[in-house]
Amino acid sequence: MKQHRTDLRKHLPTPTLSGLRVAVTGGTSGLGLALVRQLREGGAQVALVARTEEAVERVALETGALGLVGDVGRKEDIYPLALQLTGQLGGLDVLINNASSLGPTPLLPLADTDCEDLELALAVNLVGPFRLTKALFGALTASAREGRCAVVVNVSSDAAVNAYPHWGAYGASKAGLLHLTSVWNEEAKSLGVQFLSIDPGDMDTPLHAAAIPDADTSQLKRPEDAASEVLQAVLQALSPQEPEERFQSSLLGEPS
Amino acid sequence: MRPASGPSRDHGKLMTLDSSGNMDVRSRKDVGLLFEPGDVVVANTAATLPASLQGLHVQSGQDIEIRLAGWVEAYDVTRFKAVAFGAGDYRVPTEHRLSPPTMRPGDRLRLGPLRATVQAVLDHSRLLELRFQGDRKEILAGLARHGRPIQYAYVPKPLELWDVWTHLAAEPIAFESPSAGFALSWDTLSRWQKRGIAFATLSHAAGISSTGDPDLDQRLPLDEPYEIPPRTAAAINKARLQGNRVIAIGTTVVRALEAATCSGCVVRSGLGVARNLIGASTNLCTVDAIVTGVHEHGESHYELLRAFADTSVLESMNQRAAAEDFQAHEFGDSMLIERQARAKRSQAV
Repeated sequence: MKQHRTDLRKHLPTPTLSGLRVAVTGGTSGLGLALVRQLREGGAQVALVARTEEAVERVALETGALGLVGDVGRKEDIYPLALQLTGQLGGLDVLINNASSLGPTPLLPLADTDCEDLELALAVNLVGPFRLTKALFGALTASAREGRCAVVVNVSSDAAVNAYPHWGAYGASKAGLLHLTSVWNEEAKSLGVQFLSIDPGDMDTPLHAAAIPDADTSQLKRPEDAASEVLQAVLQALSPQEPEERFQSSLLGEPS
Repeated sequence: MRPASGPSRDHGKLMTLDSSGNMDVRSRKDVGLLFEPGDVVVANTAATLPASLQGLHVQSGQDIEIRLAGWVEAYDVTRFKAVAFGAGDYRVPTEHRLSPPTMRPGDRLRLGPLRATVQAVLDHSRLLELRFQGDRKEILAGLARHGRPIQYAYVPKPLELWDVWTHLAAEPIAFESPSAGFALSWDTLSRWQKRGIAFATLSHAAGISSTGDPDLDQRLPLDEPYEIPPRTAAAINKARLQGNRVIAIGTTVVRALEAATCSGCVVRSGLGVARNLIGASTNLCTVDAIVTGVHEHGESHYELLRAFADTSVLESMNQRAAAEDFQAHEFGDSMLIERQARAKRSQAV
């Protein structure tokens, strides 16, 4: 796919993960953990954010990533995280909003869902990514202005578009995130920041086990495979664009 | 003039002074309609550290407040220049604050989870060089947990980081907000982009702006590190070459750009330290106009504005501002001041 681009950019360097400054939320299990491992293997500078201190330290120690303890669903945590992320990485090129909350578990019909559980799903899956992206938008746009390009990945789900019974809280929050991603992508294009919504599919992760405890895990995708697809999409987004897709260079003050 | 008592969601007011001395007052949301195609607007992307730290001076057992005020070495978080205050916080105006206990080299400070040692007492008994224990990660985590934004008594509600980060805030290197940037929104930037006005940024580590002690305030601004990206330098040099204007968003941008301007009035990219003081006698080499807050006689920012316009002009702006109920300080209204027919004056000298 998009193979026709190859010729256009054969003289341009192929983007790699090496040296990229990346933040991953929910980076201690499932897809997030696989992303942190693969990013580190690829030579990226990685900061991971998760709620549990022991898990954060374990993954930080294993991968050499920077571990930050915080809850993206809590307003008070967002700016302290943004401060440490940008202060430690010296800026930010890629933000992966991966942390997710299922809402009530076991999953329930909407009419049985407590308002507080819906609010929690919205706080973690929709408002949290909005807040964190907004706090880091200055860093992302600065990276784009310096010619490094910037990408925000919001992890989505087929529950964002399909009406699965019992997935109402999660699905509504992911539907909101999907639309937020689309609108933000339109608005941020001219600033050189790309927003991607990626549905990694049904994976063998703790989140899936909490949702469907008796699932046949052999039928589920490995989070490692999903992670490498996500990173391929990021690299694709980072590769030099065709001229007409380039954001207006006057904004960047590019030498003419 | 009345100080703005906190961050505000409304647009605020903007007074403009063009290069021929014409004054006008409009809504600040109109800033996107200003300037001409080819002009370049330059803003500061520094994010603000939570630089106010409550704690204890171990030797005397007294409570103190430390305000981190400047970098010893650019962005090395183990060492800071800092100003010491006695017990209390921002709710007491700085000029009425208790004095801190006498500090000596080697004295230890406990600042929440952070531990620091007085490395040196600089050229004022309250101006210190501190060394913090731990590595970058631990110190940033301690600041994130315990530090508060520096604030002043005219803002009653405690400030949060989201109040003091501008929309452009990228790297946490400033000790107080580069507050002229509050005048910018992403909507304004997209209006400029559509109108062919270039936008570029630099980072400049704005230091502490006021201490309440006249002797100490005389030493401000401290040296401030800055970095000018190559694309920013190129955009500015191109605009100047083509006869277009360079508009600085805030005093920090003026200080950085003038410090980075070398012979022949070319801006150089890269890291530097601004040691320059800008005032009435400065011949601005690069910047044609500044967007800034309302500044009054006696402030160091006011001195900088004298490089753009004479005191009589600035005073008549301030009189008009008072009549129009402009608010002062970091969350207040804005002014756009174009450099007044400077070339003629300097030729005359």
